[in-house]
Amino acid sequence: MAKIKKKIRIIKIDADKCNGCRTCEVMCSSFHANPPYSSNNPARSRIQIVTNRLKDIWLPVMAGEYTESECMGRNKYVIDGKEYDECDSCRASCPARDLFKEPDSGLPLKCDMCEHEDEPICVKWCLVHALTYEEREEEREETETPQPNEMEVGLQALASKHGLQKVMDIVNRMAKKG
Amino acid sequence: MRYAETGYNLEIDLATGNIERVATDPKIMSQHLGGLGSSIKIHWDRVPPEVKAFDPENLLIFSTGLLNATPIFSANRTVVTFVSPQSDTLAYPMMGGFFSAELKYAGYDKVIFRNKSPEWVYLYINNDKIELRDATHLLGKGALETQDLIRAELNQPKAQVAAIGLAGENKVFTASIEQARSSASRLGGGAVMGDKKIKAIAVRGTKDVFIARPEEFMGHMKDVTDYIHFRNNNPLPDVMTIMSGIGSPQEMLHTDEKWHTENFAWGNARTRRRDFWTDEIEESWTKSQHGAVKRLISCFNCPQHCGALVSPKDAPRYMAKCFGKLTYAMAAYVDDLDFGWKILQRASEYGVDSFSTPQILAFAVELYEAGILTDKDFEGCPPDKEGRFLWLLDRVARREGIGNILADGVYFAARAIGNGAEAYDHNTIKKHEQLPVKLGTLDPLYFLMYSTNEKISITQMEGQWPQSAFPTMEQRENFVKDWPQLPDDKFKQYVLDWDIRGEKAIPYYPTPQIASEIVDWMETMHNIDDACGMCCGMSSFCFKPPYHIHNYPKLITAATGMEIDEAGLKKIVERSRNLHRAFNNRRGMSRVDEKPPADHWKKRFPELEEELLSTYYTFKGWNHDGIPTREKLEELDLGYVADDLEKRGILKNGKN
Repeated sequence: MAKIKKKIRIIKIDADKCNGCRTCEVMCSSFHANPPYSSNNPARSRIQIVTNRLKDIWLPVMAGEYTESECMGRNKYVIDGKEYDECDSCRASCPARDLFKEPDSGLPLKCDMCEHEDEPICVKWCLVHALTYEEREEEREETETPQPNEMEVGLQALASKHGLQKVMDIVNRMAKKG
Repeated sequence: MRYAETGYNLEIDLATGNIERVATDPKIMSQHLGGLGSSIKIHWDRVPPEVKAFDPENLLIFSTGLLNATPIFSANRTVVTFVSPQSDTLAYPMMGGFFSAELKYAGYDKVIFRNKSPEWVYLYINNDKIELRDATHLLGKGALETQDLIRAELNQPKAQVAAIGLAGENKVFTASIEQARSSASRLGGGAVMGDKKIKAIAVRGTKDVFIARPEEFMGHMKDVTDYIHFRNNNPLPDVMTIMSGIGSPQEMLHTDEKWHTENFAWGNARTRRRDFWTDEIEESWTKSQHGAVKRLISCFNCPQHCGALVSPKDAPRYMAKCFGKLTYAMAAYVDDLDFGWKILQRASEYGVDSFSTPQILAFAVELYEAGILTDKDFEGCPPDKEGRFLWLLDRVARREGIGNILADGVYFAARAIGNGAEAYDHNTIKKHEQLPVKLGTLDPLYFLMYSTNEKISITQMEGQWPQSAFPTMEQRENFVKDWPQLPDDKFKQYVLDWDIRGEKAIPYYPTPQIASEIVDWMETMHNIDDACGMCCGMSSFCFKPPYHIHNYPKLITAATGMEIDEAGLKKIVERSRNLHRAFNNRRGMSRVDEKPPADHWKKRFPELEEELLSTYYTFKGWNHDGIPTREKLEELDLGYVADDLEKRGILKNGKN
């Protein structure tokens, strides 16, 4: 099978260097405003600094995937004697918390690595270098996974919302009527 | 659509619990910008001169600045304004941290408190939902402790909280308002907050703040950022280490304290210890600092890290910045920096000003040693220096025993104690404790700044001008090179001419005229910062800063959409300054009050000092008594102020 090269984009987070200023939150939300930089609002930022000042915790976390349901259980990290709260290091936009959701609509936010920029905006503006940008290439075997077409995506969404069986029942009913 | 500002204030009537969201007049920005400027206007309009600090009518305003919560670096100051219980003037202590940005994201430029609450409360602002909540369970809690308790109680880890400690609850005149690693400390804002029975204000905001011309704004932001990089990579030579970079003096980073410990006075602003900084002290203090400081931290949207998370040997953690690590240790004549970290923790939880309070404690020790205070006053006090200071701090914060008198500050305590205690009140101006500095020859710039500024605290007036002449011409030439911040090139020549001795040295040089120009420049820059919410550590209180008179108009124009040039910007802050001045004049302040402490300098020059004052007043457009003339007020569109001052007999014939 043929090999393909895939570019992996990485934001390296050195939490020890974070000074808790939240410029990354300001600039992320500012860059993603429409038009760009016309407004800012850290609550819309796709990077959030999880903070517990007296515990010496300043942890930059980027928004990851949206998840419909919260985890079955929770875990707590203790690193170098510092106990992190539940979910502190999780990137998900999840029903269990308010993080990584548009404040108006509640729609999930997800880090897009500022796709068309040389480097993500949060990295660019982190003047203390807690965030740095790296790229590497990975070789992968090409797998022929067909991309879902528009109709499939729509059907998947319906199935996800109402359950596959219900969608099938309705399609069957429609077919019989037809 | 409002840009940079939100266009709304919150009006809280504590007596009735009524809360209103009030749209502000867009014209105010063009007249007073925002922050301190627009707050002064509210105080002038609504607080008559009869109102004292603890009257219900005294307003307590928490204000954001015009540029807070825009992407521009370091605009994070909250300006708190009120009539001070100590000076009876309009005080405006400021704090960095995260509060002002959060308030703007919640949709408000200012929170204005009037009257007093019948019960202890805290205000919770969550965007459009605002409530006064019971705070009785928080009474007696530390100012820092309270912030975390409220965040936990509200289940709002991202809420920003400004709180008072026990000192504020007890209306100690030096009580501060604490928030994150910052505090609004000077002149008793915590006491006014306590008098109104507000334990804290918590705010959470998730709204947008808008920029009028984004592309233009980001272009200017890039220039500012490039300059920040340049200054961080090129510390200035020939100045003391803590002032060589940008940001507030880097006292959490640098351990070299030779300059402060040998040039500032120890005890009750009494003694200079010129041979203090030995190798042994350096070693012990460096070890102490590296042991205590866990991490250097920033305020909102600032690339510098002037603050620190501090973990003292035998006290809980807290956050600190700047000079507080030294003030208690030096006032107590304690040579161990560990003591400085430890007592500052307790003082921060009590919520007291770390400039004034150590001097109150040192003043009490002096009175005891002089026999004016007695064993009875000090009953139960440990005999060692450290224990004595901690014991006195407890008494002051709790207003117990002698602490109840000391809690009103050195000026009032000296008069209440009597029996010669007044002579020990030797370091106050307008009833307010000053930095403990005792120097040789009078410095004309500092004389003017100390005597005349509405801030009554040198650290918010000085900054961009060297604190003393450079010894060699080579150093002077080096300093004036690459100085784009200057409002006028003539200032370069003043630096070149300024000598350490001879005709062109203090006290006669800078001349009264030149001194007026320099002081006016520095005050103007501070007032622009205070209206914009900019940290003066990145602007007016720092050599060669990223923000200055030439780039401010561009940033303000791009952020707000309001066209403004240098002259226009200067006029706005001059207007606000004169209104502030008039507010204080209306309360009785005049030339007789404008003098530094009697022994601030060993060598004084009474005639020169009078000339300095008169020259400066004339330069500012004020009369012999230091009151703005009608002509000056009208030039600044403040005719209504001249009318008021004339009606009250403070101005006669518009001039005298």
